[in-house]
Amino acid sequence: MNETVSDYRVSHLAALEAEAIYIFREVIASCQRPVLLFSGGKDSIVMLHLAKKAFAPAAVPFPVLHVDTGHNFPEAIEYRDKRVDDTGVQLVVASVQEAIDRGMVVEPPGGSRNRIQTPVLLEAVEKHGFDALFGGARRDEEKARAKERIFSFRDEFGQWDPKNQRPELWNLYNGRMHPGEQIRVFPLSNWTELDIWHYIADQDIPLPSIYFAHDREVVERDGMFYGVNEFIRPTEGEKTEVRRVRYRTVGDASCTAAVESNADTLEAIIAEVAATRITERGATRGDDKASEAAMEDRKREGYF
Amino acid sequence: MLRFATAGSVDDGKSTLIGRLLFDSKSLFTDQWESVEQVSAQRGDDYTDFALLTDGLRSEREQGITIDVAYRYFATPKRKFVIADTPGHIQYTRNMVTGASTADLALILVDARKGLVEQSRRHAFLCSLLRVPHLVLCVNKMDLVDYDQEVFEQIEAEFKAFATKLEIPDLSVIPISALEGDNVVNRSENMTWYEGTSLLHHLENVHIASDRNLVDTRFPVQHVIRPHSNSNRDYRGYAGQVASGVLKPGDEVIALPSGFTSTITAIDTADGPLNEAYPPMSVTVRLDDDIDISRGDMLARVGNQPRATQDVEAMVCWMDESRPMRVRGKYAIKHTTADVRAIVKDVQYRLDVNTLHRSEDADGLALNEIGRVTLRTTKPLLADDYRRNRSTGGFIIIDEADNRTVGAGMIVG
Repeated sequence: MNETVSDYRVSHLAALEAEAIYIFREVIASCQRPVLLFSGGKDSIVMLHLAKKAFAPAAVPFPVLHVDTGHNFPEAIEYRDKRVDDTGVQLVVASVQEAIDRGMVVEPPGGSRNRIQTPVLLEAVEKHGFDALFGGARRDEEKARAKERIFSFRDEFGQWDPKNQRPELWNLYNGRMHPGEQIRVFPLSNWTELDIWHYIADQDIPLPSIYFAHDREVVERDGMFYGVNEFIRPTEGEKTEVRRVRYRTVGDASCTAAVESNADTLEAIIAEVAATRITERGATRGDDKASEAAMEDRKREGYF
Repeated sequence: MLRFATAGSVDDGKSTLIGRLLFDSKSLFTDQWESVEQVSAQRGDDYTDFALLTDGLRSEREQGITIDVAYRYFATPKRKFVIADTPGHIQYTRNMVTGASTADLALILVDARKGLVEQSRRHAFLCSLLRVPHLVLCVNKMDLVDYDQEVFEQIEAEFKAFATKLEIPDLSVIPISALEGDNVVNRSENMTWYEGTSLLHHLENVHIASDRNLVDTRFPVQHVIRPHSNSNRDYRGYAGQVASGVLKPGDEVIALPSGFTSTITAIDTADGPLNEAYPPMSVTVRLDDDIDISRGDMLARVGNQPRATQDVEAMVCWMDESRPMRVRGKYAIKHTTADVRAIVKDVQYRLDVNTLHRSEDADGLALNEIGRVTLRTTKPLLADDYRRNRSTGGFIIIDEADNRTVGAGMIVG
């Protein structure tokens, strides 16, 4: 971000950008086979944008990995492929559906494939020998994440041990590990949802259309609006209706809800996010509500 | 953006204060608040426990204590804030050191009824050791001492007397009631005798721009960018984050440790070239001469260089529970972008973090202990005194067997 300044200050976004670029470069220097988790969601889009900036004019020196639950929003997949083509990075897809077909994982009842993503991710990591995985998680998303380090060390099972995290001081990140172990790296740790949106607007980064308000057939469940698609069908007593909605997060299409919104421009989205009183996970994810410690438990199993 | 660390035990009202700041600055979301209320009600609490907001791990919620640093974010129209919420118990000293290492300001809470306790002194000492530029002592629970000016002034005087033994460049003392909201966001009606500002007003206005070192030019090289493409075949740029000082095209710089000098031809970013770069910018520097520079090297000015030394004197905080630091022990060191190995030559003294008493017969450091240590490194460190430069004066110590971060060091001149 270029700014003409004379008093040696940088804007808040420029400082966050500089920190993220520094983190990307640290990983390249200390790890053998990094990979960037890329789903086509807004946080991973910002991540790819920052990765390009960190190594310009050279190419992004690592592939991107999509753990494909098979429950996708078509707009996100289309967008994913376009971005990958534009950037010239290599795309590795780890398919959950394929792992179910092979019998490596079992389709859980209830339809959410969130939990069975983990073994599929770990298998891909092992197969390709990835040792550092960049994720777009932010500390403001969830309270277990608020406790996680920027360089989050995982054992050979991908497990996070919250009581045994490496101290992380100044900007000195310890990326040392033994073969078979891995580090999850979160360059956006200190960003908030609003920062992400401001940055997307500032950098003029294109987004999948479902982030903007559109008319969609939805069904209301637990006070949330789920888009009707091949994974979400109205059940007995539920009725579908067309509402003007947008997605605050783009995740598993079987458990990610939309919010009612008329925001069809970045400016309108920013105004809405700034005024909202509900966190993005609280407003849109059916799977985090399961228990007070749902995220902590999943991370212990190797989840991002 | 202001990064501040909060220290104090649960009983001092730290969670209530953070909750109040988030709540009154409208940074608390409805669903977060509802889940806290719900859990509090399920447990049969008499009141909603704000600590549930900040204690993110199950074991923390079960034990009602903060174990690890949690980071929280809020903003007012004037400033963005990052809170490093650090545990106050002595067994988590290392976590407080971690939270303080990147803080612009530290907030220490005391209970007006109890006054200064051992823990308050320890927190103040750690802030001084980590060179947190600004310190705020919040005398909390003033509502429980009838907003008594004398109680406040006595605590203030006692703390200032203790603070003279430390290096605290900027100290403010504010009487508050986090529960009632006095002097947190708004000036208190109950303490008209207090002439200062509210806590939030202070956080919004404290001047941090001058805390950065813009004098000593230090550019640790992180990574060398050499594109493998026909259009940029001759490109060679040194990527890194400016640690301190200012870089400009045309500046003569010295590359360390080689000692070769050259001139900056360009400071590149993905958005185009810059006329100058300063902390915390991440840039790519190109030089006039093709000299051999790699990760771990540093660009500085000929007339203002860091010390290059293999004999390092440092204050070390030991962070490993399984094995204490021992004289003759060998460790890996990470300092700026350089990785070296080191052997512990001597522990000159161990410091009691509560009384500042020095024991000179120490032969090692156990978990959470702090002492002055002499190290000998395999390669020279390009270092400054931590007091002058937090970026080039701090290092971490890593156990070579299991790769864990076992200590943190602050270089002394």
